[in-house]
Amino acid sequence: MMAKLHITTSINGDATEFLCEPHDTLLDVLRNDLQMTGTKEGCGSGDCGACSVTVDGRLVCACLVLGVEAEGREIGTIEGVGDNDKLNVIQEKFLEHAALQCGICTPGLVVSTQALLTLNPDPTEAEARYFLAGNLCRCTGYDKIIRAVLDAAATMKGAA
Amino acid sequence: MSEAREFKYIGQNTIRPDGFDKVTGRANYGADMSLPGMVWGKILRSPHAHAIIKSLDISKAEAHPGVLAIATHADFPSVTDEAIESGEGSSTLLDLARNVLAKDKVLYHGHAIVAIAAKTAAIAEQALALVDIDYEVLKPVLDVRTAMAADAPLLHADMFTQGLEEAPTRASNIAVRHEMKLGDIDAGFAEADVIVEREFYTPTAHQGYIEPHACTVRYDKDGQSMVWCSTQGHFDVRSSTAKLLGMKLGQLKVIASEIGGGFGGKTTVYLEPVALILSRKSGRPVKMVMNRDEVLKATGPGSASRSKIKLGAKKDGTITAMKGWLAYEAGAFKGSPVMLGCMTAFTPYAVANMYIEGFDVVVNKAKVAAYRAPGAPQAEFAVEMLVNELAVELGRDPIDLRLQNAAKEGTQTIYGPKFKRVGLVECLEAARDSAHYKQALQANQGRGIAAGFWFNVGGQSSVVINMNPDGTGTIVEGSPDIGGSRASMQMMAAEAMGIAPGLLKPIIADTENVAFSQGTGGSRTTFATGMAVIEAAEDVVNQVKQRAASVWNVTAEQVDWADGVATNMAGEERLTLAEVCAGAERTGGQISGRANINARGAGPSFAVHLCDVQVDKETGKVDVVRYTAVQDAGKAIHPQYVEGQYQGGAAQGIGWALNEEYVFSADGLMENAGFLDYRIPVASDLPMIDTIIVEVPNAFHPYGVRGVGESGIIPPLGAVGYAVESAIGAKVTDLPLSPPRVLALIQGNT
Repeated sequence: MMAKLHITTSINGDATEFLCEPHDTLLDVLRNDLQMTGTKEGCGSGDCGACSVTVDGRLVCACLVLGVEAEGREIGTIEGVGDNDKLNVIQEKFLEHAALQCGICTPGLVVSTQALLTLNPDPTEAEARYFLAGNLCRCTGYDKIIRAVLDAAATMKGAA
Repeated sequence: MSEAREFKYIGQNTIRPDGFDKVTGRANYGADMSLPGMVWGKILRSPHAHAIIKSLDISKAEAHPGVLAIATHADFPSVTDEAIESGEGSSTLLDLARNVLAKDKVLYHGHAIVAIAAKTAAIAEQALALVDIDYEVLKPVLDVRTAMAADAPLLHADMFTQGLEEAPTRASNIAVRHEMKLGDIDAGFAEADVIVEREFYTPTAHQGYIEPHACTVRYDKDGQSMVWCSTQGHFDVRSSTAKLLGMKLGQLKVIASEIGGGFGGKTTVYLEPVALILSRKSGRPVKMVMNRDEVLKATGPGSASRSKIKLGAKKDGTITAMKGWLAYEAGAFKGSPVMLGCMTAFTPYAVANMYIEGFDVVVNKAKVAAYRAPGAPQAEFAVEMLVNELAVELGRDPIDLRLQNAAKEGTQTIYGPKFKRVGLVECLEAARDSAHYKQALQANQGRGIAAGFWFNVGGQSSVVINMNPDGTGTIVEGSPDIGGSRASMQMMAAEAMGIAPGLLKPIIADTENVAFSQGTGGSRTTFATGMAVIEAAEDVVNQVKQRAASVWNVTAEQVDWADGVATNMAGEERLTLAEVCAGAERTGGQISGRANINARGAGPSFAVHLCDVQVDKETGKVDVVRYTAVQDAGKAIHPQYVEGQYQGGAAQGIGWALNEEYVFSADGLMENAGFLDYRIPVASDLPMIDTIIVEVPNAFHPYGVRGVGESGIIPPLGAVGYAVESAIGAKVTDLPLSPPRVLALIQGNT
């Protein structure tokens, strides 16, 4: 058996080291080795977006990234959204609009929405729908999610 | 209850009490639990749809380094053929055991055969490849038509059709025949001036919850075994698992994790008993998590169906006869919801003459599980399509025709009772009066309307409200919260106690910390568990009044209670709930309210949906351009989450109507077991979904609640189906209306 690989990375701004097998995905490492279970697994094939994270600011599915690829990168996860006990605007708007039912897709959607609003602070409804088309939600029919996202954008714009 | 009742908290849109954990990723779902010393379990699944297991050799896998335990069907103690309670599904212990780990025969692609526990998931998977199985591959049966043929290959040589007038002499793939009737069907058609009839097909569709099945378990010889899992009903997991393993209920604790969607699909067990066997044999806690491929191949789905429906009406619009034939796929073991299809198909209508028969048919696919209003969407789709056709034949507005024939208070149902007060007429009127219905259609657009009926259920719920000395309290309930029900429980308790909702924390207790409660299914939780919450809250109030009375040296009848404050009617004194709790030490100890009920009187919830589609006639692609969901909530406790149920049901139904279907090879292998190819609606597929909450109170609930979770998935199939039919001017019979099928309809190539 091959020795594990030693990886040095940054997760949510914290310098982090871990050991992983070459085939371990970033999602496996986050959930099973680092106990960061906020990032969810819905499909393992990049089709559902429940494991959305950022690598050097770029939105990706953690199940499609290898753990070793985190070497020298900046990883962003749901645990890094908001500030300890204070929710950020996106999280607040998701709660205010009841944009979640079971909540399993919510961490991924919050991370994806943050990526959307970083790239496009003032999305139209259609832009929001297409950007978030990689985040499956089976409970809500997306109506309240899209409303929360557009309200978050408007609120952040007003505050800027 | 009075319809004009004023509420203080009910009807507000509060922030859900579990919300912070959900938006920060802190909430713990099925796969989020780890235990010290834990090992991983994986399952070997059948590569064939139908085969005899001629031999099974696990010796090489057993010898693989890192393998700690192997489980096969032989590890189940002898189980009996008793029926088991598993939420909305129906099964027997024998079938459940053979579904969880196959015995002698595999009956579908993905059927579990062997489970292996190893130090890592990777080692367990390596060891699965070392299991040696010799199969005799048999011809699969993949559709009810072939399965019902006299010369069909049999899944179960010992299955004889139940419900026939004469006892059958030959085994069959038809498990049960149901028949229901009302009035005189032949006389009903004799009266009719117009008759419409058609055959329909709906595909196998999966519940599609985003969270795969997962559990972490620990077996203990001394009766302290525990299962942590994602389920709609942890008491059902306890009883099924304990019975399969020959344990007493008291020897097994089941903890319900947060649940990442279920829609009926998490009302049974797949992994839990297997993991417990592996834990028993390895002496280690065992974690098992399905991947998406396993979820689609081996859990759920909802029944595919074939139906023939015939309706007759007089020129004046009176529907005189409704006749139906339904055949539902049960999957590999009997137990499709076809009887529920028979009970619901015609029930939105007050018609004197009805006749329906239904067949529960086994095929070489995964055993079906409950799926949101199980059995109703398939049957009501067919009927609603034809009611729309009838409206055209009679030259009538489709809502107007439905209003003329709508079920209402006093209507005799085909399945027995007469309706109490129901809200179908109000829903139809709200749809008729909506801005949506008045909007003109554009070129290549079509509009569909459909109604939906679902019973809703009540049943057993247990609740304890433990008050703290500072006036806060914990609502301890046992129905997993799948869509925000804790918010509703908090509001109902607050309303009954007259204190702010934020003072009360609702929790879902494990099977040892609250008495038996039925799972979350049948749209029962806000209704039935809500009733128990209200009763427990009233129990707290009664005790608080008694304590205040003892302080004032008066009787409890002399204490008035309003807005969380006790007042001595014989004097001036007042005590708040918090003050009574703070002084409880001196008046007899701390205060707990409780209720253990078997709720009756669940009120049916009718839904009416409007759907506008735009069809691209070159590609056959259908876009839903406007959608309105109208439904009777009785009383909406938390309107946003009620709307969310309507919208979510509509989205699932739209997916069922337009995209979703299992695709099998001729050999019966599932070819689209992933979210890329089994395509559920994504954000860019849907418009906003408008909602109209109709409130016709249910007299049997203190606040008027009707369950709202399920009815919303019923109308979309007919509403979308008929919208497409009217847009393209060709008769729709089969779902889903995917681009190739729609294009074929447009081109007349069906």
